[in-house]
Amino acid sequence: MSVLSPPRGTGETKTTDELVVPARHPWRWAGTALVLVLLAQLGHGLATNPGWEWGTFTGYFLEKSVIDALLVTLELTLAGAVLGFLGGIPLAAMRLSRNPVLAAVSWTYIWVFRSVPLIVQLLFWANLGYLYDTLQIGIPFGPGWSFSTTNLISSFGAALLGLALHEAAFAGEIIRAGLLSVDQGQHEAAAALGLPRRRQFLRIVLPQAMRAILPNAANLLVNLLKSTSIVYVLAIGELFYQVQVVYGRNGRVVPLLMVATVWYVILTALLSILQYYVERHFARGAVRTLPPTPFQRLKAAIRR
Amino acid sequence: MSTPVLEIHGVHKSFGTLDVLRGIDLTAQAGTVTVILGPSGSGKSTLLRSINHLEKVDRGRVRLDGELIGYRQAGGKLHELGERHILEQRARIGFVFQNFNLFPHLTALENVAEAPIAALKKPKTQVYDHARELLARVGLADKTDVYPRQLSGGQQQRVAIARALALEPRLILFDEPTSALDPELVGEVLDVLRDLAAAGTTMIVVTHEIGFAREAADTVIFMDEGRIVEQGPPAQVLDHPRHERTQSFLSKVL
Ligand SMILES: Nc1ncnc2c1ncn2[C@@H]1O[C@H](COP(=O)(O)OP(=O)(O)OP(=O)(O)O)[C@@H](O)[C@H]1O
Ligand SMILES: [Mg+2]
Repeated sequence: MSVLSPPRGTGETKTTDELVVPARHPWRWAGTALVLVLLAQLGHGLATNPGWEWGTFTGYFLEKSVIDALLVTLELTLAGAVLGFLGGIPLAAMRLSRNPVLAAVSWTYIWVFRSVPLIVQLLFWANLGYLYDTLQIGIPFGPGWSFSTTNLISSFGAALLGLALHEAAFAGEIIRAGLLSVDQGQHEAAAALGLPRRRQFLRIVLPQAMRAILPNAANLLVNLLKSTSIVYVLAIGELFYQVQVVYGRNGRVVPLLMVATVWYVILTALLSILQYYVERHFARGAVRTLPPTPFQRLKAAIRR
Repeated sequence: MSTPVLEIHGVHKSFGTLDVLRGIDLTAQAGTVTVILGPSGSGKSTLLRSINHLEKVDRGRVRLDGELIGYRQAGGKLHELGERHILEQRARIGFVFQNFNLFPHLTALENVAEAPIAALKKPKTQVYDHARELLARVGLADKTDVYPRQLSGGQQQRVAIARALALEPRLILFDEPTSALDPELVGEVLDVLRDLAAAGTTMIVVTHEIGFAREAADTVIFMDEGRIVEQGPPAQVLDHPRHERTQSFLSKVL
């Protein structure tokens, strides 16, 4: 938008009695021109270089196997995020608790799962049967039930487990950072008013912590969306695996990678829009007046 | 004489090796205003925080209407109360902080209504009506739906006072309620405090506003190094201080 409209700083405005001449910004004009030239070159290259094979791209972009794979990617992302954040809440609470055992357990979990590369973890879960043939659940020294590990963990289950455990470690730290960002005076005021413990947390502390949690959580979510491409090592038909299958067959590597790339870009854009509005919701009271949304700004511009 | 609202006996508190409170005795009758003066670091805030158990005392007792705060006495021993019980006791004591500590994500009205709804479990419509009355009482009838950051410091502190009043507490503690305010805003908050005093609210006020102490206080207490050095009616403590430390403190503040 700012690239197309001329930079601000032209024209003169008449205020009460004196003419105000706005400062000139020659470098803004130079910078804008440079960016426009580069963009034009990029666009020209994308349009004219036959290597991009835009025909193949459009042929596969909405093809059924690609859409099905896209749904698997979405499923992994959503389930991974939900499980990850559900796991992150107790991890953060434990690390902040005054109980040293709980704090140490949480610290160790986060240390381990942040250290092990996701791909290693995924392969490990997929090969659990190699370590343990059966898994037993039961009362210590009492009766129990046993399961065969090969039946228990499908490759999709292994992928989801790996993603969720990995996410939980990061989500725990993000939530903890958010809780720490809330002023101590807020805890004190809530306690001094005699608010019940749950209420102190849910009504006073958490909504304020969300301000700090959200940008990082959105980052984590976008990262997770792309991390799902790693589970191709378990031969799960998500987006990246599927385009590899297709170009393995027809050799059209570049256009198919573009199919996956454009989908990731679209999904990330959707997440970013969602993030904008959720952040705005939690900004209530934090700034004196909320800035207008791009949509509201557009409406105002049209009315003018 | 009836049971005092607040009775403090032999309260001691230390942080590590630093003895902050060294044997405090204090009594406040219903409807009285007690003003606490003292140099920085003398333990005034710690004393107020001990009264509603935000700070655990090492020794001594605090009683509200004769009831022990934070502990239960049984078999010659003190048993610390569970958190729920302590929260119930705190709801009977209002606390106004130096830097307001309003909840920034709630409107003025929601700030005032929060505790009666959540802590006292009163019906919402009744609470909101009462909250509106309280905001009107502190002169903010037109600011109910405004967020704290959209208010001036003096207005924020008045919301905080309305918030403390909403619990209909037996006693309100004020910790330097005007110290974070610009000089021209101090007056509007002190006016509210004077109204409360005139209406018979039991208050303990830590402040450096000697003028306010002179007009509104029933008792003035001078604290230094964790002890009460001198106490009595304002005319005595402020105008004829017996202790040399009180004299030198007052000569600096006045
Ligand atoms: N949580 C704490 N841990 C360690 N030391 C503390 C703590 N709280 C207070 N102190 C110390 O206790 C002493 C008394 O503090 P307090 O806040 O009660 O003083 P005050 O009389 O309110 O002073 P001011 O007028 O500056 O507010 C100070 O030396 C302070 O550093
Ligand atoms: Mg203090």
